[in-house]
Amino acid sequence: MPLAQTATTVPVVVNDDLCIADKGCTVCVDVCPLDVLRIAEKADGSKTAYMKYDECWYCMPCEADCPTGAVTVNLPYLLK
Amino acid sequence: MDEIQDGLTQIDCDILVIGGGTAGPMAALKAKRKNPNANVVLLDKANVKRSGAISMGMDGLNNSVIPGYATPEQYTKEITIANDGICDQAAVYRYAQECYGIIQELDEFGIRFQKDQNGEYDVKKVHHIGTYVLPMPNGDTVKKALYRQLRKARIQIVNRYMATRLLTGEGRIAGAICVNTRTAEFLVVRAKAVIMGLGAAGRLGLPTSGYLYGTYENASNSGEGYAMAYHAGAGLANLECYQINPLIKDYNGPACAYVAGPMGGYTANAKGERFIECDYWSGQMMQEFFDELQGGKGPVYLKLNHLAEETISEIERVLHIVERPTRGHFHAGRGTDYRKQMIEMHISEIGFCSGHSASGVFVDEHARTTIPGLYAAGDMANVPHNYMLGAFTNGAFAGLDAADFIADVDFATFDEGEVVAEQARVLAPTKRDDGIPPNQIEYKTRRLVNDYLQPPKVTAKMELAQQRFEEVREDMEQGMYVRDAHELMRSLEASSILDCADMAAAASLYRTESRWGLYHNRVEYERDDENWFCHTILTKGDDGKPAHSKKAVQPYVVEIADDEKDAYYNQRVDATVAAE
Ligand SMILES: Cc1cc2nc3c(=O)[nH]c(=O)nc-3n(C[C@H](O)[C@H](O)[C@H](O)COP(=O)(O)OP(=O)(O)OC[C@H]3O[C@@H](n4cnc5c(N)ncnc54)[C@H](O)[C@@H]3O)c2cc1C
Ligand code: SF4
Ligand code: SF4
Repeated sequence: MPLAQTATTVPVVVNDDLCIADKGCTVCVDVCPLDVLRIAEKADGSKTAYMKYDECWYCMPCEADCPTGAVTVNLPYLLK
Repeated sequence: MDEIQDGLTQIDCDILVIGGGTAGPMAALKAKRKNPNANVVLLDKANVKRSGAISMGMDGLNNSVIPGYATPEQYTKEITIANDGICDQAAVYRYAQECYGIIQELDEFGIRFQKDQNGEYDVKKVHHIGTYVLPMPNGDTVKKALYRQLRKARIQIVNRYMATRLLTGEGRIAGAICVNTRTAEFLVVRAKAVIMGLGAAGRLGLPTSGYLYGTYENASNSGEGYAMAYHAGAGLANLECYQINPLIKDYNGPACAYVAGPMGGYTANAKGERFIECDYWSGQMMQEFFDELQGGKGPVYLKLNHLAEETISEIERVLHIVERPTRGHFHAGRGTDYRKQMIEMHISEIGFCSGHSASGVFVDEHARTTIPGLYAAGDMANVPHNYMLGAFTNGAFAGLDAADFIADVDFATFDEGEVVAEQARVLAPTKRDDGIPPNQIEYKTRRLVNDYLQPPKVTAKMELAQQRFEEVREDMEQGMYVRDAHELMRSLEASSILDCADMAAAASLYRTESRWGLYHNRVEYERDDENWFCHTILTKGDDGKPAHSKKAVQPYVVEIADDEKDAYYNQRVDATVAAE
């Protein structure tokens, strides 16, 4: 499939200074009902959660259950 | 994670519960308590800890029948009238009799319900006739409390498996085929009984925002319950009685007139005038809403700005914490302050959901479907106006009956060829090198639903929809392409959504009358009690397309007087009163 590069703003933002995915945390990935969050490896080899698929129901378990307050759920721009 | 892997595992259990949202967990608990030796598996596409409509909590019970406030007879009558008489009362009446016991159990789980100074339940009036709404001050804890009970009862939980088809054999249920949403591996579950609690068809219509997941219903409920029941040969009732709701414009969350109403809020037109007496959702109320919009008096709003500061702060406290906690962010972003502005509402995308209307997989008062050993409860079963307490209570009925059913049966044998065929269907989009991504199949289906199926319903438009759906189906079957297991889940959802769209069109064309206010407003036809005072049952025909039949409404348990029958059509405020 020819891949296009269409820019989109994703609603869920993870503050990687606060995220403790490096210590094995996957709470937000585990609870998301739409299964849109994943853990990525950063350039320096450390890990952080991020929004992989732009398919959010803005329901907020990820933000509510994150132990360090690293997740912020914004409304998708299209329905803000 | 997400790479597509080969694999198939088979497990056996006595009772398989599909869907760990609201009805499912209660069904599993009740079955396990009734028969502690039974092996009960609770399977969900998401993670049961935070899955389903009640993931972050609920404001209250919308349809509770509490001694001293309402009787089962009154409630049964009200729901029958709200559904234009098309209602098998036995299921509603049993719910009305037993839901109070479920409330007491939920209370024991640690979920609190609002009480007045005398320690009595503080039930509010929202419906047209009776008083049934009970606020839940710590409603945000409901899912957590339920999850604790599941752990305590040692229910086996299987997360991130999506059920795609049911298995049948020997004229009864045999199990289900499931796919892992992160690896695409198959799980075949053999079961003596299967309980479905897969929720509403939440992604049938398209929200006007253009965002696929900007829906009112939990977006992981994509209609598999209906599609699976259909392909297994079960009957589905009154699918033409769509759900269509008055929601906050763009946000597509509930405006929660049920919370605001008893505190003095109401639905108003652009002039701030009240035009309906009752904010309880029904097809008749939606028709008034629609007429106001079409009549040039819209937009329609939820009006709170006449209320006192303490009242508004209390409404904000309730509405911005539980249910859809992003609501506060939404209003803040738009600069909407309840003290100053009214909240713009609109008519949302359509869907199937008995939680708020009446259509769904046909069940009786034991939550039994038309297939022995197969049960359905919650938003996907056809008991009208279920809401959350209906999901819990009917889920309980399903669990109790299934516990008895499994006592006398062994596993039904099924055709292994069905599993092979399902593997081929599921994996087809992974075998191509190029093609149409599932989100485009989904978007197109849902856009067509909006364009052609939304009421007021027009025959020619619905027939056009059917043609276009066939083209989309051809594209889906021949050309859909996915790159990983996550996209594969979305492709399976796209297929369920298309099945539901087909059923919605076929059912709406079959009933050649108007019924249920806006829900089935067929502009070419009047209401016709002589020919259509009946349920319509949709099944999968021999040609693989929807087939239809009529089913008589069961004799009433609670009689309705002639002058009461149309009470829900008398909702319009006569001389529109100016806001104070
Ligand atoms: C925003 C909102 C507000 C509401 N407010 C109220 C209220 O204040 N009071 C009230 O009484 N009612 C309210 N309701 C209605 C009430 O919440 C629902 O009627 C009820 O929770 C439905 O329960 P359910 O078990 O049918 O569906 P759900 O609780 O949604 O559960 C369905 C489950 O099935 C799973 N699932 C879906 N597809 C599959 C598949 N293929 N395989 C495996 N699992 C699958 C889902 O992940 C989910 O966990 C509200 C609903 C919504 C959406
Ligand atoms: S829950 Fe919070 S800390 Fe844990 S992985 Fe997610 S963002 Fe990181
Ligand atoms: S808001 Fe809900 S859907 Fe969106 S990422 Fe968080 S948990 Fe997932």
